[in-house]
Amino acid sequence: MDYLLLGELAINGALVGLMYALVAAGIVLVYKTSGLANLAQGAIAMMGAYLTWAVATGLGAPMALAIVLALAMMFVVGLLIERLALRRMAGQPVIMAIMLTLGLEIMLRGLLPGVFGAAVKRLDVGIPQAPVFVGELLVNRATLYGGIISAGVILVSMLIFNSRLGVFMRAVSDDQTASWSVGIRVERAIAVAWGLAAVTATVSGILWGSTQGVDWSLSLLLIKALAIAILGGLDSIPGVLIAGLIVGVAESLATGLIDPLVGGGTRDIVASVIILLTLLIKPHGLFGREHIERV
Amino acid sequence: MFYRRAGIRHTSYRAERQLWPLPFDRALVALVFALLVLAPLYLGDLYLAGYLLPWIIWSTAALGLNFLMGGAGQIHLGYGAVMAIGAYTSVHLVRAGVPLEVAMIGGGLASAAIGIMFGAAALRVKGLYLAMATLAMQYIVDFVISHVPAISGGTQATIQVPTVRFLGVPIVGNTATYYMALAVGTVVTLFMLNARRTSLGRALAAVREKDYAAEVIGVGTLRYKLLAFWISSFIGGVVGAVLAVCYLRSISPDQFHIELSIQLVAMVIVGGLGSVLGSFFGAALILFAPIVLNNVIGSLSDTFALSISSDLRAHVPLMLYGALIIGFLLWEPLGLAKIYANVRDYFLVWPFRHARR
Repeated sequence: MDYLLLGELAINGALVGLMYALVAAGIVLVYKTSGLANLAQGAIAMMGAYLTWAVATGLGAPMALAIVLALAMMFVVGLLIERLALRRMAGQPVIMAIMLTLGLEIMLRGLLPGVFGAAVKRLDVGIPQAPVFVGELLVNRATLYGGIISAGVILVSMLIFNSRLGVFMRAVSDDQTASWSVGIRVERAIAVAWGLAAVTATVSGILWGSTQGVDWSLSLLLIKALAIAILGGLDSIPGVLIAGLIVGVAESLATGLIDPLVGGGTRDIVASVIILLTLLIKPHGLFGREHIERV
Repeated sequence: MFYRRAGIRHTSYRAERQLWPLPFDRALVALVFALLVLAPLYLGDLYLAGYLLPWIIWSTAALGLNFLMGGAGQIHLGYGAVMAIGAYTSVHLVRAGVPLEVAMIGGGLASAAIGIMFGAAALRVKGLYLAMATLAMQYIVDFVISHVPAISGGTQATIQVPTVRFLGVPIVGNTATYYMALAVGTVVTLFMLNARRTSLGRALAAVREKDYAAEVIGVGTLRYKLLAFWISSFIGGVVGAVLAVCYLRSISPDQFHIELSIQLVAMVIVGGLGSVLGSFFGAALILFAPIVLNNVIGSLSDTFALSISSDLRAHVPLMLYGALIIGFLLWEPLGLAKIYANVRDYFLVWPFRHARR
């Protein structure tokens, strides 16, 4: 076995996994506060990338400004989704809220390519294409920067969870009625969580958009993000980091080692297999609290 | 006025508990069924094969999914994969010389067997996790089918469905295929209508409403959830076989992708969770609304010389599915069936509204 190849696959996989983990962080953020799984996270990432592209090319804004504008807009979009749709689902069965986010995912996946055109858009955020050599290992520069930025954003969101706002969010996730009765604004905490989730999704959307171009396939990040969120335990942000590394490396190794044997396509089901295995072996994930109701 | 209730006196429990206690409902059902049976006589081939046939098949599939989602309250995002298993199993059986009737049952059994494995994995946990497990099932089944040449005939390959006989009638031409689909659809519909009145249906309703309350009154939650999964997957497999034999005629893996699952989920939600009638409404809306909307957009852009990009028109169905799911969940969670019931209840006693019970 070629150790150099293995190392390369592992390092690039780990970086890619960190970029997936950023999408998953949004899912965890929303789950932690409101107890809902956000199946629209992939589409929201796609929307962020489309918006950045639209601002940058449509208005001719410099990329840095476009990114800031897009992040701000997506924060508002996150707030609006919560205010207009999810809040009305309060008290309904959880299955209804899940379907609502699924509907949102489907609609955005039609709306954005429909409005902006289905062709792949180039989103150049100024990351050079030339690969980086670490010793003898070849590392893709875009994924290197992407992984580092993703890890940074996830660390920042961990810091947010330890701030005053984060304490509110954790209180809300623990018991909505109790936190309401001690004066925490439950709605606001949930709304902020949605806004932040949309922002993290946008960052990952931009990073992915700059590596593979912007089109509808960005919404496929959902399934990998779900795998990471479930493996990490759905309510644990450090879990997302670890699970992201695991999923990324597993996917990269599967692509590099198994693909030649079965003729391609393993990349897409690694996430699904990880979801199933997690549910079978350890349903509450690696770092999740054991509060999932068993039947 | 339209549904006179006056003068109807049920003198036995049996009379009151029949499927349609009001004579008007019975007449309406009989009329619709007669219209469906006679459809080949008065409908052109285009409408029969292009609109009515897919509507029947998709409605039957929606019924199967509705049994699980509406009846037992379990979400399933991989129903397309269930249908794929049924379709591939039955087509391979038919090609091996097994009669179609047996092959359909075989397809259903295969779907049920594989579906229940994923269900058993996921039903240990619930709600959200079930959604993800079934989503994972969709991708895994897709992958297995397209990557095992023995099943799919190689990647990108299609398998031709040979000419078959159903109950002694060769399934050739539009009329025969239509009647086969209608026959299966009728059986599934009758099953769904009656399932709710049995102990099974009531047990599932108990599980759906509150699973530990069901457990307390002696309804084995896991057992009934698995049973619902099994039955729903079985119906899905049979419908998959019907879809392959009657409509697709040559099957390839991409016909059963996540899009089909999403379509079916949308049908169930839009039509009305747990409603038999709603499945038919939902299937009609989800199948035909994109076509109608596309035609409207097309004619609008022609008359007003608007430049509407082909990209936009190509994405109309997805936008519409999403918007319909969101809209119905927010404003009418019980779907089209509830709207129909509201209208019906209004006219039941019209113009004497004060007489409403």
